[in-house]
Amino acid sequence: MEAGRTPAMGQDEDVGDGRQSVEAPFGRALARLGQSHPDIVGLTADLGKYTDILPFRDAFPDRFFNVGMAEQNLVAVAAGLARTGKVPFATTYGVFATRRAYDFVAIALAHSSLDVKIVAGLPGLTTGYGGTHQAIEDLALMRMIPGLTIIDPCDATEIEAATGAIAEHRGPVYMRLLRGNVPVVFEAGYRFEIGRARQLREGSDVGIISTGFMTERALDAAEALRKQGISVGVLHVPTIKPFDAEAVAEFSTGFNHIVTAENHVVVGGLASLVVETLFDASIAKKVTRIGLPDRYIECGAVPTLQAKYGLTTEAVIATIAALN
Amino acid sequence: MLRNSPPGTADVGALERKATRLRRHMLTMAHGQGQGYIGQGLGIADALAALYFHELRYDPHNLAWPERDRFLLSTGHYSIALWAALAEAGIIPIEELVTYGADKSRLVMSTLDTTPGVEMIGGSLGHGLGQGVGQALGLRVDRSDARVFVELSDGEMQEGSTWEAAMSASHFKLDGLVALIDCNGIQADGPVVLDMEPVADKWRAFGWETSEIDGNDMTAIVGALTGARQRNGKPKAIVLRTLPGKGVPRIESSEKSHFFRIDVGQWDGIIAEFENSVGAGQ
Repeated sequence: MEAGRTPAMGQDEDVGDGRQSVEAPFGRALARLGQSHPDIVGLTADLGKYTDILPFRDAFPDRFFNVGMAEQNLVAVAAGLARTGKVPFATTYGVFATRRAYDFVAIALAHSSLDVKIVAGLPGLTTGYGGTHQAIEDLALMRMIPGLTIIDPCDATEIEAATGAIAEHRGPVYMRLLRGNVPVVFEAGYRFEIGRARQLREGSDVGIISTGFMTERALDAAEALRKQGISVGVLHVPTIKPFDAEAVAEFSTGFNHIVTAENHVVVGGLASLVVETLFDASIAKKVTRIGLPDRYIECGAVPTLQAKYGLTTEAVIATIAALN
Repeated sequence: MLRNSPPGTADVGALERKATRLRRHMLTMAHGQGQGYIGQGLGIADALAALYFHELRYDPHNLAWPERDRFLLSTGHYSIALWAALAEAGIIPIEELVTYGADKSRLVMSTLDTTPGVEMIGGSLGHGLGQGVGQALGLRVDRSDARVFVELSDGEMQEGSTWEAAMSASHFKLDGLVALIDCNGIQADGPVVLDMEPVADKWRAFGWETSEIDGNDMTAIVGALTGARQRNGKPKAIVLRTLPGKGVPRIESSEKSHFFRIDVGQWDGIIAEFENSVGAGQ
């Protein structure tokens, strides 16, 4: 944790083990984009500091609006700005963007396909503040909104790339945000494309299909399992909607056992999408789901909670080792 | 209308005749469908006539003109009044009005933005004012002096998002934003179920320059709109006290005029009442 940053408002700093990290990759990327894209405007609902958007505010104070603690209005104002040709990036926590502002996202944004990008902090189990702050079901909720693009990036490299991609994309987007010091898992040449999954590792025994930061765990687990003689492939699916069903089906045919891994409840998110995809493609595989249970999570330290609920590299290793 | 600023003086008589034409269109629409939100439409007809034929600047042949004033109808179920105004303004064909509410018609019972001239999807109440704030902010970023008018209703003030938007409008000093609050005293469950009075005091307390008028008095409407032109750092609220069903006595006096179904046999009487009340030649 860098000096001067207080672990308030659900703050957490789980930067991964020993990896390099980038400070505020989203806000830095957005501030850079602001130079070349005069139509980009920034908004937040009293969470600018905690959603890393302040580099944009500092660069473009006349194009930044803090609407206070009012997430319905955040989305409505963003919709209005989009109607005047702006490309608003609106930040808040995932819990508020989804549970509180859902009708506004659905009707004010998605129904009209407006160019608003919602960037949502504290996805899944990245805060110890409990059910009020943990957006553990946001992917499931947002999946039900027609025409909404949904992205769960893995690392700093992907956040930067995805920020650029969604700025160019026409239509509403919900992107999960990893904030603060975000680990670098992918190399600089990594290509992010909306709607495309990427196979990051070949394997033959078990195939992991993962999204968000669970891909970091999946890659680390695969490497550790290789030393135990288990060959694990990894397919990273950063775009939850539109879902790359073709890549998921193709990847899955190469394994007897599929493991899904997501920082989200195991209902309605990645696991459900994978099972639906395999069923639709008539591909019969065993599927083991790593993710959060369908219940509210308690308060506690993030590493403790992630360990308890199986969102760690060790838990992925243990789950896969137990399959064989 | 295509011009750079609203005219200094209004022809009140001509605007009243426009309002009468809007009401006649609405009765035609409701007659065709046998039902509709006719009470609200008749009540807001005078304000819409003043907006579309006096106050707003727009080009009916270039709806995307960036310098146009925006009119956002937040109460999407008042669409019957908007369709009448858009038809009279030359944006949609008058002949199309009879399709109101019919399958495949663009003139739906609750507005969608796929119909020309519609600036937002209304109907989920509490959405309009915040979107108006956003549009006003966007126009400010563009250094445009175009204004944003948002119609909302007394029942709609019960949605908390309305007040989120009201707070932000005064915070951002959006003096080109004008809220027209239609207080007609009815909502879905009947007479206003949650007392919103004193309405004007609430808007003033939220930092809005507020006037309160008889929303069926054209002279008062034009006066309030003229007063709202000032760019003095404050958003403007005009509280319109309207009579639902205005112009048709048996709708005015109905107790259930939120959504109106009229038996086929009653229509001749209703239209005769209306024509009698407006007098010959209008």
